[in-house]
Amino acid sequence: MSLDAKIPQGPLAEKWSKHKFNLKLVNPANKRKYDVIVVGTGLAGASAAASLAELGYNVKAFCFQDSPRRAHSIAAQGGINAAKNYQNDGDSVYRLFYDTIKGGDYRAREGNVYRLAEVSVNIIDQCVAQGVPFAREYGGLLDNRSFGGSQVSRTFYARGQTGQQLLLGAYSALNRQIHKGKVKMYTRSEMLDVVTVDGQAKGIITRNLVTGEIDTHTGHAVLLCTGGYGNVFYLSTNAIGSNVTAAWRAHKRGAFFANPCYTQIHPTCIPVTGDHQSKLTLMSESLRNDGRVWAPKTVETAEKLRKKEITAAQVAENDRDYFLERKYPSFGNLVPRDVASRNAKEMVDDGRGVGGSGFAVFLDFADAINRLGQEAVAAKYGNLFDMYYQITDEDPYKQPMRIYPAVHYTMGGLWVDYNLSTNVPGLYALGECNFSDHGANRLGASALMQGLADGYFVIPYTLGDYLASIGPKPVDANHPAFAKTKQDVVDRINSLLALKGTKTVNEYHRDLGHIMWEYCGMARTEEGLTKAKGLIQALRADFWKNALIVGAGDEVNASLERAGRVADFLELGELLVDDALMRKESCGGHFRLESQTEEGEALRNDDVFAFVGAWQYKGDNQPEELHKETLDFEFVHLTQRSYK
Amino acid sequence: MNLTLKVWRQKNANSSGKMVTYKAESISPDMSFLEMLDVVNESLTLKGDEPIHFDHDCREGICGMCSLYINGRPHGPKSAITTCQLHMRSFHDGETITIEPWRAGAFPVIKDLAVDRSAFDRIQQAGGYVSVNTGGVPDANIIPIPKVIADEAFNSATCIGCGACVAACKNASAMLFVSAKVSQLGMLPQGQPERWSRVQAMVAQMDAEGFGSCTNTGACEAECPKGITLINISRMNNDFFSAKLFREEKVHDHSGGSE
Repeated sequence: MSLDAKIPQGPLAEKWSKHKFNLKLVNPANKRKYDVIVVGTGLAGASAAASLAELGYNVKAFCFQDSPRRAHSIAAQGGINAAKNYQNDGDSVYRLFYDTIKGGDYRAREGNVYRLAEVSVNIIDQCVAQGVPFAREYGGLLDNRSFGGSQVSRTFYARGQTGQQLLLGAYSALNRQIHKGKVKMYTRSEMLDVVTVDGQAKGIITRNLVTGEIDTHTGHAVLLCTGGYGNVFYLSTNAIGSNVTAAWRAHKRGAFFANPCYTQIHPTCIPVTGDHQSKLTLMSESLRNDGRVWAPKTVETAEKLRKKEITAAQVAENDRDYFLERKYPSFGNLVPRDVASRNAKEMVDDGRGVGGSGFAVFLDFADAINRLGQEAVAAKYGNLFDMYYQITDEDPYKQPMRIYPAVHYTMGGLWVDYNLSTNVPGLYALGECNFSDHGANRLGASALMQGLADGYFVIPYTLGDYLASIGPKPVDANHPAFAKTKQDVVDRINSLLALKGTKTVNEYHRDLGHIMWEYCGMARTEEGLTKAKGLIQALRADFWKNALIVGAGDEVNASLERAGRVADFLELGELLVDDALMRKESCGGHFRLESQTEEGEALRNDDVFAFVGAWQYKGDNQPEELHKETLDFEFVHLTQRSYK
Repeated sequence: MNLTLKVWRQKNANSSGKMVTYKAESISPDMSFLEMLDVVNESLTLKGDEPIHFDHDCREGICGMCSLYINGRPHGPKSAITTCQLHMRSFHDGETITIEPWRAGAFPVIKDLAVDRSAFDRIQQAGGYVSVNTGGVPDANIIPIPKVIADEAFNSATCIGCGACVAACKNASAMLFVSAKVSQLGMLPQGQPERWSRVQAMVAQMDAEGFGSCTNTGACEAECPKGITLINISRMNNDFFSAKLFREEKVHDHSGGSE
């Protein structure tokens, strides 16, 4: 099976325009004859559902939360990139493209990334027209700030709640179409399988989370906009409900899963306090604009801080190591996330970590408060400071924040071509759910950009091409594939409900998270990964014997919902480890200790590993088959990434 | 910490519920309130009992899904935070904590502490948007917006739709929630073309959902985790009466179709 990414030929700047012209169109009167299923209502899903409905398609949208507005895009804090060059500081579509390719450590497709940069400018226009209240300057024009991995100010923001405001914008567009009857919204509904007929996606099976009913939905195409799989690590910045089930079920029905080992560990999160912890909270990367990251210079000073014999303020200036500023003078505290995270880990491994557990470094605002005044700092970051205070009971205006890296975003996901189509015709993946645009490391403020680019400006064009090719004939809900897939879902639920062992699903999830974090977290080795694979297999086997699931299937049952998701994480976890084992190089968020430069930076091996690794499911407990999509770099010269 | 919990248990919308008492033992003051409930639920599960059902998702105070009425106050004893941001250090060892769902006719109980807030979505669907399609919009900087206006619109836009305002109100009024969106769009230039019809459409839907009237007690403002102020209600009233007295339009279907 060969993977054709369908990147159009020709100069970079003309690829998308040319491609749009070559795509087939569905005439306006025929659009209403097509049904499109959209699963997930975050930035990608809500924007896609609204935009497709505006074009005239009949959309059925699904979310597991009680309202589409709750999707986890809502929690994104910092901002959204766009190559507007409003600041006159040298930005351009090409620079955003270049920064993103480089930030992703040269493991993304040039064609996709250029298109992303190209449509970024339209996103900002769209959001402002919807009434999204972005931050403004006194002259009334939009304000920007800087983010990691870039030397221009191109990030648009709405205090520390940019994701919320963008999602509410997309949600409002979705609401308009719901009111119009063009979108039928199904809340508290979880997709549990995709139905394929003759190799094409034609529908989904869902469970109504209130009544427990298993429902069948037909559509001419299915769009998965279901987010990332960070919760495979148990503790992450994801919402509790975020899960891989929709993508994983699609994978088991034939869709390839690409680059699962590309996981992003965000450098600035609030450290873990104990075993009871259910999630980790991010402190936005924007804080690194004004906050300075440091650790004590010596282990002795760190020890005194850990024992609370001294406070951070009592550590003299020359006893502090502002390690990012020291090692990376040109980017300083604004190096990309993977670099910042690894350096924090180095400090901790070196015995220089702070906080009670020693698993933290400082993010200090004292300089910024002296320079700008507390009021100005509060205006920029007030809600983040409040959030930090609520969780830690420490006032960041008075003492530095303690931060440590945590799992945040997953660059890997379902393999898609330039049209966002998976290798299963009719099945599409948008936003974090796909693997496409961030390579091995995502730059800050690029997730919101990609989710909205896919939903507002890519899929409305590319989906039409497929729909025109299959024609508007209604999908036959009586095809045996629907009944068969539904029965598979029912059988699986019943086998979960039959588990009456002694260990809760939450305990299994936590155990899996420990394995993943320990052996497949910020630093990975052949030995550790091999061990992890065995541990995961054993844990999964034990789950299917000894898990304890209470309640029934025909009612609200959070225990059952959780069990299905954790069962899928137990399978994905192994694939993630396999992918990390296969990729014997370091790149971006994937750091193999065996492959590093003398200075301890990630060392790629472009001769062997400049490809997308797409995995094909071959049956339960069978090794998956790897397919390689070679990454050709026509326009960018591959170099060792340097932020010095 | 050791605590006694009195929790509302109700199997589903059709059955009647009751308060049930549980012990929460060895609770760390660093736990969030929901993590404390997780611990209780783990022990219930191990006994084969059904865990206490509650809505939650992001656990960082932004998704608006968590919704507990704790010791007679929405989102508990502290102000300006959601339940998921409440930590056990805000309680005393040995304390008895009463936990109920949001209580409002328009928010029927689904199970235990989870309620159905879809009425909020329907109000937004009635008109909480600017009717623009994707594409074909002007450059983002073409209309300057005074910073004070943009900031104030943002203050209204921070509503997370949790429903604490309704739960706090003796009339179960949704005025604060509705007015936040009406204000946000009513203040921005992009919201002007539909300003008068929007307020009428949203208020009509709010009434149809069975929310109560506003009697200006201000409980909503006091309990709102995002600090949405009563000024929003004033603005909405102003726009509503203005629309009714001077600019009444047929409450059209905002989506562009006919009514």
